[in-house]
Parts: sequence; C-alpha cells; structure tokens
Amino acid sequence: MANGNLGQWYAKGHVVVRQGEIGDNIFAIQEGELEVVKERQGGGEIRVAVLHAGDIFGEMAILEKEQRNATVRTLTDARLLTVDKKTFMSRVHEDPSLAFNILRMMAKRIRTLNAKLGERRSRVDRRRAERRNVGTRRKGPRRSAA
Amino acid sequence: MAFVERTVKEGDNLAAFFEGGEERRLTLTDGSRIAVIGGGPAGTFFTYFLLRLAESIDLDVSVDIYEPRSFAYQGPAGCNHCGGIVSESLVQLLATEGINLPPAVVQRGIESYVLHMDVGTVRIETPLQEKRIAAVFRGNGPRESEPLPVSGSFDGFLLELAASSGARVVRKLVSATSWDTGRPRVTCSDGTSATYDLLAVAAGINSQALQLFQEIAPGYQAPKTLKTFICEFRLPREALDKFIGPSMHVFLLDIPRLEFAALIPKGEFLTLCILGDDVDNALIDTFLSAPEVKACFPDGQVPAPACHCFPRVNVEAAAQLYGDRIVWIGDSGVARLYKDGIGSAYRVAKAAAKTVVHHGISAEDFRQHYGPACGRINSDNTIAKFIFGVSTLIQRVRFLRRGVLRMTANEQQRRAARRHMSTVLWDLFTGSAPYKEVLTRTFHPEFPAMLGWNLLAGNLARRRANGSKGNAHG
Repeated sequence: MANGNLGQWYAKGHVVVRQGEIGDNIFAIQEGELEVVKERQGGGEIRVAVLHAGDIFGEMAILEKEQRNATVRTLTDARLLTVDKKTFMSRVHEDPSLAFNILRMMAKRIRTLNAKLGERRSRVDRRRAERRNVGTRRKGPRRSAA
Repeated sequence: MAFVERTVKEGDNLAAFFEGGEERRLTLTDGSRIAVIGGGPAGTFFTYFLLRLAESIDLDVSVDIYEPRSFAYQGPAGCNHCGGIVSESLVQLLATEGINLPPAVVQRGIESYVLHMDVGTVRIETPLQEKRIAAVFRGNGPRESEPLPVSGSFDGFLLELAASSGARVVRKLVSATSWDTGRPRVTCSDGTSATYDLLAVAAGINSQALQLFQEIAPGYQAPKTLKTFICEFRLPREALDKFIGPSMHVFLLDIPRLEFAALIPKGEFLTLCILGDDVDNALIDTFLSAPEVKACFPDGQVPAPACHCFPRVNVEAAAQLYGDRIVWIGDSGVARLYKDGIGSAYRVAKAAAKTVVHHGISAEDFRQHYGPACGRINSDNTIAKFIFGVSTLIQRVRFLRRGVLRMTANEQQRRAARRHMSTVLWDLFTGSAPYKEVLTRTFHPEFPAMLGWNLLAGNLARRRANGSKGNAHG
C-alpha cells in the first residue's frame, strides 16, 4: 500500500458488508468498484448496483438502526475509508447539512432503482403480451379447423 | 439590485413582517458578489460550501478568492506554515461531504501514535487499524524537495476544489479595504479595486493582511498568538519506514517551556512541530538533544533541517468576528487551541457559509447563526487549557508519567480491554474529538480507578526494581 493512501485495501471478491448483519460503519470508496447484491430467499442473488470511487454505502443501516439490507462485495481491489457511526451521527446532530450529500446520493440511487424497476416492468409486460400473442396464434387455426 | 435592504413599515402585512424579521435586513440575492481574502482552508471551505448551498436553492452568486500565493512554489513562498495534519474526524467528515483526499495530496497516511516519555515509549493504535489521519504539505513541499504535482499541495487541492465549484481565483495582493456606499471595497496592490456585497476575511494569522481592516472595522483586533517552531528533515525513505513508520511521534518530555512536540512523516521528509512558551533556539536545541528524540533518527544523529519557520498560532479569538457585510473566518477569527486548526477552519467556514446563504449578511445574522459555532470552539478551548495544564503536570511529575505509561501499555496489549487512557491520549494528540469529549471520558468510573492502580503498580514495580538493583550492587 502506498504511503499516501488513506483507508484500507480490500482484495477483489471480499465481502465488505453482509446482508443481515448489524451495521456500525459507513464506507466511502476511495478507489475501485464494488457490487451491491440482494440475496434471494430461495438461494442465489441479484445485483442491484455497481458502486465506484466517490460513492458512499452502508448509510441505511446506520440511519435506520437496522440490519444491512444488502451485501456489498468488491469487484476489483478496492480502497475504502470507514466512517464511524458515532463520529457521523454526533456531527450530523451538530450540523444536519452534513447529511445533505448522503441524501443526494440516496435520491440518485432511488431514481436509478425506479428506472430499473420501470424497465423490468416493461420487459415483463412485453413478455406477457408476446405470450398472449403466441397463444392467440396457436388457438386461431384450431378454431378454424373445428 | 444585488442586495436587499428592507424596512418594516406600517403597511406591511403579517407574512411580510415575519419574512423580514429584523428592521433592516441584508441578504444575498441573484447577482450578489462575495470577496474572500485568503485562499487557505478557511477561505476555500467557505467558498465551496457557499457555492454548493447557493446552488441548492437556485441562488446565483459569484465569489472572488484573493490569493496572491501560488501553492506550486516549494519552500516558504508556497507554504501556509502549519504542521499539516488533517485529523481523523475531519478526514471522515470530508469523505461524507464527498471530498476525498487523493493520494497525491496525502504525503503519508497515519495509523498510530507513538508516545515518547523519559520513562518509556508506547504505541497507540487506531481500533480499526486503518489509515485515517492525513499528513499533508500545505504548499508544494519544503525547500530541496522534489516538486509535487500542482494538486499535491493540500491548500492547492482545496483552492482547485473551490475554483471547480465556480469561484474565481484572483492572483493579486490586497492592499486596502474600504466602504463604498455601504458595501465593502477591495483594492489590490496594482491599483485595481472592486466593490462587493460581502467580504469574508480568511487571511491566516501569519499574514500581514490582518492589518488592512482598521478603516472598515475599527473594532477588529487580531487574535492573540503563540510562536511555534516547524522544520523539515530530509531522510531516506527506508530510514523513515524503519524509525518512524506510519506513525506520528509525540513527546511529553520534562523540558522547561516545552508544551508539546511531534514528529510527522511526510513523503521523504519528517516534520518537527514544537509548541511551547516563547519557542527559541535554546528550547529547540534542548529538545533535539534529548535521547528520546535522537532515538527517532538513524544512528541517533539529527540532520540539519531542509526548511524551517517560526509561525504563530491563534490562542485567543479576535475581538470582533463579524459586522454588517463582513465576517472573519479561520485563524483570523477563532481557531481550535493547538490541535486540528484545519478542522476548526472547516467548521466555522461552513457555519459562515450556511449563515450567509440561508439567513443573511448582517451583524445580527452572524451573531445568531455564526456566533454559536465560534462560541462552541471558544468554550472548548477553555476546557483545552485545563487539559493541557494536566498534560504539563504529567510532563513535570515522573510519578504520574509512569502511571500513564503503564495504563496505556496495558490497554494496548489487551485488545478486548476498555481503552480509557488510550482513547483520551488518542483524541488529545490527534485532535479528533472536542476537548469536552476528551474530558468527559475521564469521568468514567473505571478511569480514576485504573489510573490509581497503575500509578501504584507502576511506581512500586520501579521501586522494587531499584531496590533489588541497589541490593545487587550493594
């Protein structure tokens, strides 16, 4: 690790935050890429987002005092800076505008998720429509034969 | 019209009355112009937050930062004379704000402190084993150093950040300030001048610019200061890694007039900071000849410094911190005593920016919304004086030093143990927490009990060792 690097390096594939764990820290990405994945109940996982340098994650468990709602794993070697819950929360009470950047980031994430949900919904609707069309075509000749 | 001056008249309706608030209200509006004198951390943080907050409410204002110094110069010409430590809490807060210090700016990430006393040495590690303290050069490094990239200077990095937010950097020396029909006017040494709606003074305590406000603010008196000593030693990187490592070395030595001293590794340099009562060459020589200090250098030889200065630090706030259309921020106003001056510049700069964007630019606005932030630092400094008084007592009394050393060393060896003394010393040396929090930690019932036990055990063990040594020799 170079002398001028702040934070800590995590190797590619390292799970930084695991879904269901109690969260005590926020992480600020200094270098590298990470993926946010949601574990499915029946097994397997869905990638929700890819995070880059400058992004912050882990804030939801701190603000809601809840378990981590997703797993965050490094896609490349990544350098992360930890922000303590106590440092963050005590300073937010002194200066609520400190949370402004995080609010902005959360709003951006919600917008991206909404867009993804919209796309997914459109895809599902398209598939349903295609299935209906295929069904109509199949049923059509039988009726005429009868 | 670039500002609003409103008078509450009988005809005003109730809503207008509450909106107006005071009889005469000064606020920034679209087109307002702000001058910031000084492009150090206070001036650049103020500008950055002001422009960001203004943008969030669609307020279109412009900021000119007057900074004649180029941070691209090596040595004193490009330096703002400071130890150059960005505290753990500030590194975290900046990351939360979206300001991440790049590796080019951070000359060394610090992950532990080594406390040196005549009775022994102890390393105090951060609980997360993570580098969260940044050792930086305020300018472009000392004389004789390899030139850094332009953005390698901490102050240069912040100035670029402010400029990228939309501020204009004016590379001119301000030679006078005056009033122009009720608004501040800034005149430069080349004869050019401009009138603004607001003047923010962020000139450092070591700047001659603080003499420029007699005409526009006769009540302003520069803060009281203390002379310090800062110098840079050039050492091979291998030697720095071996003798210093990723640690800041602090010294509590029983040397008359010495308050505190620290060695901070930065790139291929080692920065020495000495705080004390009227620091002079005699005090510096005594300190550098102490065996605990020599042990930090290869072969116990302290090399000649590559660069040195005797900068002053703010030890008591200025007599006036604001007026109508004028505000003093950073060292020229109020600063945290001895530690984390950059952190206190960030706090007051942000408080001032929030005040001018969301409330107004009159003395009353500053009194209500900016004054409390300065007041908090002032009250904390009062507590700091008491804490540093205790620290001086520990420096002078060997009995106390043994107890402090033993308690800290034991806490560091036992990972699961509660680290009462370690966290107190960590926050005191790093400047990461307000002094009030440092003091509050000592109120934990276990703290005096553990200290009492370690004072007894540390000194009894020493007496037994001396006794057996005496018997052996006898």
